[in-house]
Amino acid sequence: MTDDSAYREGELALATGTIKYLEQGTGSPVVILHHSWGSPGWLPFHDRLAEKHRVVVPDMPGWGGSERPAWARDPRDIAIIMTRVVSALDLDDVTLVGLGFGGYVAAEFATMNPSRLASLVLVGAAGLQPGEGEILDQMMLSHRKYIEDSFRDAETYTGYVGEEPPEDVRQLWDFSREMTARVTWKPYMFNRRLEPLLGDMQVPTLIVWGGQDKVVPFECARQFEAAIPNARVEVIDDAGHVVELEEPDALAGLISNA
Amino acid sequence: MFIGHFTERPYQDPSSGYFGATGRSIMDLGMSNASYDPRLGADLYNRYLDERVFAEEMGFDGLMLNEHHSTPFCMGQVMNLEAAILARITNRAKIVLLGNILPIWDDPLFLAEELAEIDMISRGRLVTGWVRGTGRESVAHNAVPPYNWERFQEAHDFIVEAWTKPGPFRWEGEHYHYRYVNPWSRPYQEPHPPIWIPGVMSRNTVAWAAKHRYPYLMLATELQPTLESFQYYDEVAAQEGYEAGTEHRGYLFKVHVDETEELAEEAGRKYVQGPSNPFLEGNQGIVRPFIQNLPGLTQRNNLLPTMRSFAAAASRGRASQHLKDQKKAAPPPPPKDTYVDQTEKLSIISGTPDSVIPKVRHVLETLRPGTIFFWDGDGAMSHDDQMRSLRLMGSDVIPAVREMADELDLKGPFENDPTRDSEAAAAEDAPENSDNPATQAAD
Repeated sequence: MTDDSAYREGELALATGTIKYLEQGTGSPVVILHHSWGSPGWLPFHDRLAEKHRVVVPDMPGWGGSERPAWARDPRDIAIIMTRVVSALDLDDVTLVGLGFGGYVAAEFATMNPSRLASLVLVGAAGLQPGEGEILDQMMLSHRKYIEDSFRDAETYTGYVGEEPPEDVRQLWDFSREMTARVTWKPYMFNRRLEPLLGDMQVPTLIVWGGQDKVVPFECARQFEAAIPNARVEVIDDAGHVVELEEPDALAGLISNA
Repeated sequence: MFIGHFTERPYQDPSSGYFGATGRSIMDLGMSNASYDPRLGADLYNRYLDERVFAEEMGFDGLMLNEHHSTPFCMGQVMNLEAAILARITNRAKIVLLGNILPIWDDPLFLAEELAEIDMISRGRLVTGWVRGTGRESVAHNAVPPYNWERFQEAHDFIVEAWTKPGPFRWEGEHYHYRYVNPWSRPYQEPHPPIWIPGVMSRNTVAWAAKHRYPYLMLATELQPTLESFQYYDEVAAQEGYEAGTEHRGYLFKVHVDETEELAEEAGRKYVQGPSNPFLEGNQGIVRPFIQNLPGLTQRNNLLPTMRSFAAAASRGRASQHLKDQKKAAPPPPPKDTYVDQTEKLSIISGTPDSVIPKVRHVLETLRPGTIFFWDGDGAMSHDDQMRSLRLMGSDVIPAVREMADELDLKGPFENDPTRDSEAAAAEDAPENSDNPATQAAD
């Protein structure tokens, strides 16, 4: 049940820099970690979740309005700061949702600080080296091509972004890509030191994959499932990598029932 | 004046289709090396070395080498090897490396050792130059682009220290860590080989070069933005408390001389044919802008006026919006003969000595460099094209340019030491120059 008609903007002052976030709703908290190209703002997906939950959508440090930690060189550094964000907001029994690269950060988070988590939701998550295939390398693609490939098809991409992305969107992508490169240029989007740490991570985990995901191979869903003791996989057939944009109701439903 | 010779040593392979107007797409970082022919490579490496020996005989002061990776337009992937060979088979000319790509070295101690060996084998003829590299190099050797500038600066500081500070010592920086720095080789020149910095577009690099009093060499940029970049160097020099001179200015430009105007045009047109540098206006190569313009490689707000140049901007992939705006503002211009266009604005100078020398004079009067390099024998030019030009350079052009330089008082860095008085200045700054490499490397 939402008791506010609009989301609120919040700000946290941490020693590592200021964190900006959006928030709406009441109930058990859901924290959503965005893709590598940054948070596009408040989404219908967030509205659906805010009907039942307190939804918090931070800009991860170095993305969007959150200050860049110049020292951070690894997604694990970002995950450590995100554990501080959840602590500073005094959130407990959190459902932590990670989208794509945000899933990589969420998985690292869960290995370090599971005590505040009720559940973990990894959506098309990076973080593990695929046993087969490779994670689509945005550094070797134009912004447009990479984002377009994140959708199930070109028509859906155009429906969201338009024929030509607006200047502010292009700047967001450019800015976000630099931060992404700072922490995961190599190895690109995975950490061989993550999988061994997942084995003792007892947080119930829902792994969601778009059936049309062209960015992170589905093989990774099975690898997460095998590595995490209490995990199950759900596939949303018609979605690509950006499940939250293409199938917001289906994804929100899975998360609320996680 | 210091007069040098340069070619990118293109991989010229008529049979692969990547050469000349054969119609096969030359997409940078988009071609497989499956068609690379090492036997042809052997011929070409030896041809280019032979041409350098002849360039020295013809009176050039310097033989410039450069380095690129995973591309057919430049065979100098390991230019230090070519430099080491030249160190042994030439006698007088400086061997000018413009430059080693510092950020892609994970172990710059190797580089310090290699360069010291080259300096010794050549008995002090090495001029070392260091660059940050393009997106291609960051991709090919997988160096993290956002840390390119940090790594450039730290590698520079480390190598200079490895050359000048008695070892053993320890280095614990941000990117480089050594527990035992004590190379058993030291540069022949004291305190170390001259360092020159080539570049095209980064204000950071110009300012950094000026602060270190290193000569800055603009690489085949158009005249007006080149002049503005030199003026920016002068401004930084003034802020640093010294007056920059001609010894701080270097310029590389395309000059080919030939026996007749007809031959000169025929050879000059080859600058834009074949596997010539796809950065360069009018050539047949294509770059993928997002690879050249990797995230964080260059600060977006720190570009030199050269970037206003259509050719430079378009070829480096940073001008997509600019081009789109232009497209909206005006109908597309009629197709131009790029060779003619470039000769008109002196981006290419090709002719007989009589027609070339006045154009070179115009460049010298406009830019007032103390160092120049003639870029020749490139693109689709043959060995014969290059040898005809080198002969005429020796007999006519170099002597005429030396006279001009005297008349215009264009002193090179071996006439006026560009680092003069810098030791005194460094002593004044000593309290800020901590021995801690980590603090020196910070930006």
